[in-house]
Amino acid sequence: MTSETLLSVKNLAVSFTTSKGPVNAVRGVSFDLGRERLGIVGESGSGKSQTGRAILGLTAANGSITADKMQFHDVDLRHLSPKQWRKVRGARISMIMQDPKYSLNPVMTIGDQIIEAYREHHKVGTKEATHRAIEMLEAVKIRDPQRVFKSYPHEVSGGMGQRVMIAMMLIPDPELLIADEPTSALDVTVQLQVMAILDDLVRERGMALIFISHDLHLVSSFCDRVLVMYQGHVVEEIRASELDQAKHPYTQGLLNCLPKMDGNHDDLPVLQRQASWAEG
Amino acid sequence: MIEIKNLNAWFGENHVLKDVSLKVPANGSFGLVGESGSGKSTVLRTMTGLVEDWEGNIVVGGQELGHKRNKDFYRQVQMVFQDPFGSLHPRHTIDRILSEPVAVHKLGNSDARVIKVLEQVGLDNSFRFRYPHQLSGGQRQRVSIARALILEPRVLLLDEPTSALDVSIQAEVLNLLSALRRDLGLTYIMVSHDLAVVAHVCDDIAIMNHGRIVERATASQLAQGSLEHPYSQQLYKAAGGYDRAVIDSFVDWD
Amino acid sequence: MQTVTNQNSGGLRQWLTSNTPQSRFQARCGRTWLAWTKLTENRLAMIGLGIVVALILITILAPVISPYNPIAADLTKRILPPSAAHWFGTDQLGRDILSRLIYGAQYTLMVVGLVAITAAPVGLLIGTIAGYFGGWVDAVLMRITDIFLAFPKLILALAFVSALGPGLENAVFAIALTAWPPYARIARAETITVRRSDYIDAARLQGVSSRGLILGHIMPMCISSVVVRVTLDMAGMILIAAGLGFLGLGAQPPMPEWGAMVSEGRQFLLQQWWVSTVPGLAIFVVSLGFNLLGDGLRDVLDPRGGD
Repeated sequence: MTSETLLSVKNLAVSFTTSKGPVNAVRGVSFDLGRERLGIVGESGSGKSQTGRAILGLTAANGSITADKMQFHDVDLRHLSPKQWRKVRGARISMIMQDPKYSLNPVMTIGDQIIEAYREHHKVGTKEATHRAIEMLEAVKIRDPQRVFKSYPHEVSGGMGQRVMIAMMLIPDPELLIADEPTSALDVTVQLQVMAILDDLVRERGMALIFISHDLHLVSSFCDRVLVMYQGHVVEEIRASELDQAKHPYTQGLLNCLPKMDGNHDDLPVLQRQASWAEG
Repeated sequence: MIEIKNLNAWFGENHVLKDVSLKVPANGSFGLVGESGSGKSTVLRTMTGLVEDWEGNIVVGGQELGHKRNKDFYRQVQMVFQDPFGSLHPRHTIDRILSEPVAVHKLGNSDARVIKVLEQVGLDNSFRFRYPHQLSGGQRQRVSIARALILEPRVLLLDEPTSALDVSIQAEVLNLLSALRRDLGLTYIMVSHDLAVVAHVCDDIAIMNHGRIVERATASQLAQGSLEHPYSQQLYKAAGGYDRAVIDSFVDWD
Repeated sequence: MQTVTNQNSGGLRQWLTSNTPQSRFQARCGRTWLAWTKLTENRLAMIGLGIVVALILITILAPVISPYNPIAADLTKRILPPSAAHWFGTDQLGRDILSRLIYGAQYTLMVVGLVAITAAPVGLLIGTIAGYFGGWVDAVLMRITDIFLAFPKLILALAFVSALGPGLENAVFAIALTAWPPYARIARAETITVRRSDYIDAARLQGVSSRGLILGHIMPMCISSVVVRVTLDMAGMILIAAGLGFLGLGAQPPMPEWGAMVSEGRQFLLQQWWVSTVPGLAIFVVSLGFNLLGDGLRDVLDPRGGD
């Protein structure tokens, strides 16, 4: 699957200066990404989201990014001007955030927002853009695209909102999609349905996907390859199908501490953290 | 210990609970599973008196509940909330949070009680005078559990107690809850969207959809996956992770 | 307490910023210290605080620092321009304006102090009660509030003072009567946002009474907004007090109240500008001080600012 390398990251580090001193959120993360689905898994504070944001240059103002290499095709992502970023963000790399409620503009109709996203990168008329927007809403399996097109974000459910977000992010046809916990706020069945839509679209369009999540189980059943992060480091990289052969004690610990539906009420094995994990 | 018969509840015009009945023996643990809007949390909130518009019978410890709850009820029944960031007062220290119920119920001996309950939930005394924002999510949830325990109740109502926590922390909190039930002889009703969590903690399980219990099962039935109602089957399959073929078989239960 | 006195300032700092306070007292001190450091980072707020502290010091030290008796007239020295002997000149009765300013500070401080400690708690109480209970309680209390809000403050204060008779005490009372409604509004809005939160529900499930909930759980969440608003309003209160003084309804002669001083000097404004301008500037500086301080406090105390 990793036929050609789309994105290559070497030794990425993100640190923040806070009133309590510097915080190293990401330390020495390296990976190559082809046209595949890569999962990044970790608990809160593991740096998984900051890794995703750093790729898109969305690190907060008090943070600094360093990397030996951050190459996306022919673009060096390390030193882009705001103008150059605008050509990459959205058009070539897109991001879906956790909660559609905060990512959609509450005072604009959904249709207008999708059209705006499309026309940002394509010089077309309103009619053509409207047509494309409706098509896109159909592609994310929204049953009544005309109605949703005219609705405001608060008028649709969480699952529907996340579908709209996917439609909006995919309409410029990016090559890489970064999804940061895109379904964590949704019910399980809706979550899976939304993931199925994402899966189909990514396959059809030959996109690469980085799927960031805290749910090791879900990610491994969805992605090709998984990076497991702990305190800013990648502690293990593993093919999703071989997750049961994970070698790192942290990955094993995460898998073991999940409750199982086996009728067993015994205590769950608790993760015994070791200081050495945090050193990479 | 707890018996609920034909419980109906309304939020304004919305009929949110429809003929819910359940029975929990003393020291038993009962799980309510469902998706958002299924009414599972409303059952707990109605029991504690946070929902006012309801009909039916709720019997706790042999006493039928009216529409007003008195102080004695709260010494018997306590609740742990889902969100450990929202359920602790941001301007109160842990000490104040824990000693207030002792003062309200005039139990006396506040210091000793606070120290004891902190120990029960596995927090040492250094946490006592911190503010909630100085604690991690797991520690906050332990404080929430300590607050529920300090009145020495017989029944704990658990509203998604681990859904906001990382899985490794979830395991610790679930183990704590199991140990507390064993050691203190508590009775639990636990609400969760996660079948595996409920299957792990509870003996009896009910699956809810749109305010109604659609299926009841024991933990061992759930382990075998022998569920009958198509909605609960779908929920069971969804817990298995991402499987394209299974997802295509999903039906909307609106 | 022992640990404090035994340790040097580095130890004290550590004691204050400790993540594991050993007592209620230490936890509270730590929190206060954190707010204080945040306030000191705000330059304008510190200027505001400086002005307010200076006002308080001047009030306390008035008899020591004022060069002349503020009310003793000396007609031989009528309306002298600023000089080395009289820094701000003298007024139409030959009284030293600097000394009158220094003695006048206490009236200004008294007005804002009394209004703050009467109007703020009343507004806070009414607002939290209305917000907590809702329904008809809310309707009744808020309509009363609306009635007070419907009139411009100065006009309403004027009406009260004319009914009660002129005088500084009555002016304070009148200003307090007109000042509470905005606090009630703020407290009510704040109460409504916290009323449905889990921690209030949790406290209710512990058997905490409505009274306990309002006083112990809801009010602490409203106090900071109200304090900020009071500080910002103090400038307005000083102006109303000065306005009443100017119209002859506040402090009575020969009291050196700043508003009255502006009023007395207005007939010489064109030739002897200092008589009116200097107390006017004092009003301006003190109002600005309270405003800057209030702005700074808002940044520190806003509960949404996050810890």
